[in-house]
Amino acid sequence: MENTNFGDKNIVPSSFMQTFLIAKYTSIDYLRSRKFLILLIIAVLIGILLTTIVGYFRPSSFLSSPLSFYSSWWGMSVTFIIILSAVFFGGDAISGEFQNKTGYFTVGNPIRRSSIYIGKFLAAVLFSLMILLVFTAITVGNAAYYFNSSSVPYQFIESLLLSVLYIVSAMGLVFFFSSMFKSSTISIIVAVILLLFVFSLLQTLVGTLAHVQPWFILTYGAQSISNVLSNPYPPAVVSLPLSARASFSISSYYVRLGEGVLIMFFYFIVTTVAGLFLFEKKEFN
Amino acid sequence: MQKYSIEALNLNKRYGQFNALSDINLKIEGNKCVGFLGPNGAGKTTTLKIFTDMIKPSSGQAFINGIDVNHEKKKALKSVGALIETPEIYPSLTEREALSMIGQIKGIPKEKLTENIIKVADRVKMKEWLDKKVGKMSKGMKQRINIAAALLGDPDVILLDEPTSGLDPRGMSEVRDIIKELKKENHLIFMSSHILSEVSEICDEVAMINHGKLLAYGSISDVVTKFQSKNKNIVSISFASPLTKLQTDKIKKIKGVIRVEIIDRLNLNITVDSNPKKQSEILSSLVKLKLGLTAFKPSSGLEDAYLSVFKEVA
Ligand SMILES: Nc1ncnc2c1ncn2[C@@H]1O[C@H](COP(=O)(O)OP(=O)(O)O)[C@@H](O)[C@H]1O
Ligand SMILES: [Mg+2]
Repeated sequence: MENTNFGDKNIVPSSFMQTFLIAKYTSIDYLRSRKFLILLIIAVLIGILLTTIVGYFRPSSFLSSPLSFYSSWWGMSVTFIIILSAVFFGGDAISGEFQNKTGYFTVGNPIRRSSIYIGKFLAAVLFSLMILLVFTAITVGNAAYYFNSSSVPYQFIESLLLSVLYIVSAMGLVFFFSSMFKSSTISIIVAVILLLFVFSLLQTLVGTLAHVQPWFILTYGAQSISNVLSNPYPPAVVSLPLSARASFSISSYYVRLGEGVLIMFFYFIVTTVAGLFLFEKKEFN
Repeated sequence: MQKYSIEALNLNKRYGQFNALSDINLKIEGNKCVGFLGPNGAGKTTTLKIFTDMIKPSSGQAFINGIDVNHEKKKALKSVGALIETPEIYPSLTEREALSMIGQIKGIPKEKLTENIIKVADRVKMKEWLDKKVGKMSKGMKQRINIAAALLGDPDVILLDEPTSGLDPRGMSEVRDIIKELKKENHLIFMSSHILSEVSEICDEVAMINHGKLLAYGSISDVVTKFQSKNKNIVSISFASPLTKLQTDKIKKIKGVIRVEIIDRLNLNITVDSNPKKQSEILSSLVKLKLGLTAFKPSSGLEDAYLSVFKEVA
């Protein structure tokens, strides 16, 4: 029989290389997956919806200046798209490896678990960026049509960069929950509830009612995405008495650009370290 | 310290109060096939999961080629091919892509990988399916790909957890043939199974486990000699038509029959003297009873050992 025993000649690649291998094959999987297609359709649909509304009603809040156009168009819609991307690509990224047993195919090989985690994270971020790119193209296309100029205000570039940071940060958080639970359904539901409801509820309680800056809430940090598009930048806090005589007032906090960056960065680091730790400890059974 | 291919040192695994593994000590070296035999729930998968760092032991250590798997996993599994339980593969990948992923993780050079993938796919009879998506395949086909993945890169140590499970009878026998072929090359194959005949057919050595305890390890003949109940042998006998109570009583009275165990009305297990001459006398007495005897099959030594080992702890 031919001698094919090259077992000892195989040099196991560095963890860095293996991370990219996992990212590569996860990307192939995402590319052919229904979730990528669905998300793409959602992003395009939101784009078409906005295009139609602005084209038909021509609201002045959109069309008074390029900056106000971006501010009205971008702020809300992009954070929604980012949260959806994070949940779609990250929600079951790690939990699915347990629930669907796909982890059993890879983890018994000479590869660190952190390479699997980070590789999947990179792929998830990459595909979220693609969705963001599509939505950005629709946005910029519309602005160019209405203002006859392909130049974008620098505030939009800032907002775009903050959106990229928000993708990384929200993905970190979603991966953390994905690493915490073995059931994909639970990890997805927890991430959705937190990002869409709990955070904003907390922000209302802490900020609006208790008058404390909600610096520990990720979605508060992400509001810098829309704040940078306001001219002038909103004040740090606005307190309004509910009525002229009442002692009761409500506060609105507007996160500073630097604070927003810090909050998102902090969330990314903490959730990623914790998520990696959980995945490292987790038993495959 | 001598480096064994596989070494378990006082391995324990607890789930709450329950001891899934208790002080497993095992040292295996050389190129051969070792069957890891035990009934369902014995602790086979638990042991193999520790050896691939899928779970950590509660105490004790697991070494492959002298390297602690749970501390230096990447180094320890460098030349290991493993198939634990029934893994799933990303359904959108083709067989070739799935095998490429594992091959690249293992560090098989690109120029060899293409060839190696074809070789292992051919081995498990899945060569025609290389460019088909895994999601469209049956359970048995996926399990063949899992086996192929374990064989990539010609590993020194091959760990297989019930590799024939999920396959149809023909698939089972094909996988057994693959393992027999592998034995001719330079591998240590450590294969768990709850099927006695599978282990005795394929393996050179057997490690028996039950209730998390390792009960015996050695060559099949050693284990047989050690555990075979002295001077006794179990013979399964079958009849053409159902036996009446009276007829079974007649069998009990035959000289040399120590015990009769009724499987059903057509099949019995009788415990008899292991001396072949006495067995032949019992056979002729049985024939003389004219009960329509159709089979008289003394159990293999390993079956006896299996029964006696697993009875002792039951
Ligand atoms: N995660 C777990 N929690 C509690 N008990 C477990 C767990 N995993 C396995 N066990 C128990 O450990 C024992 C050994 O299981 P296993 O190693 O899978 O057996 P087998 O020999 O069939 O492969 C079984 O009794 C099983 O119920
Ligand atoms: Mg098992």
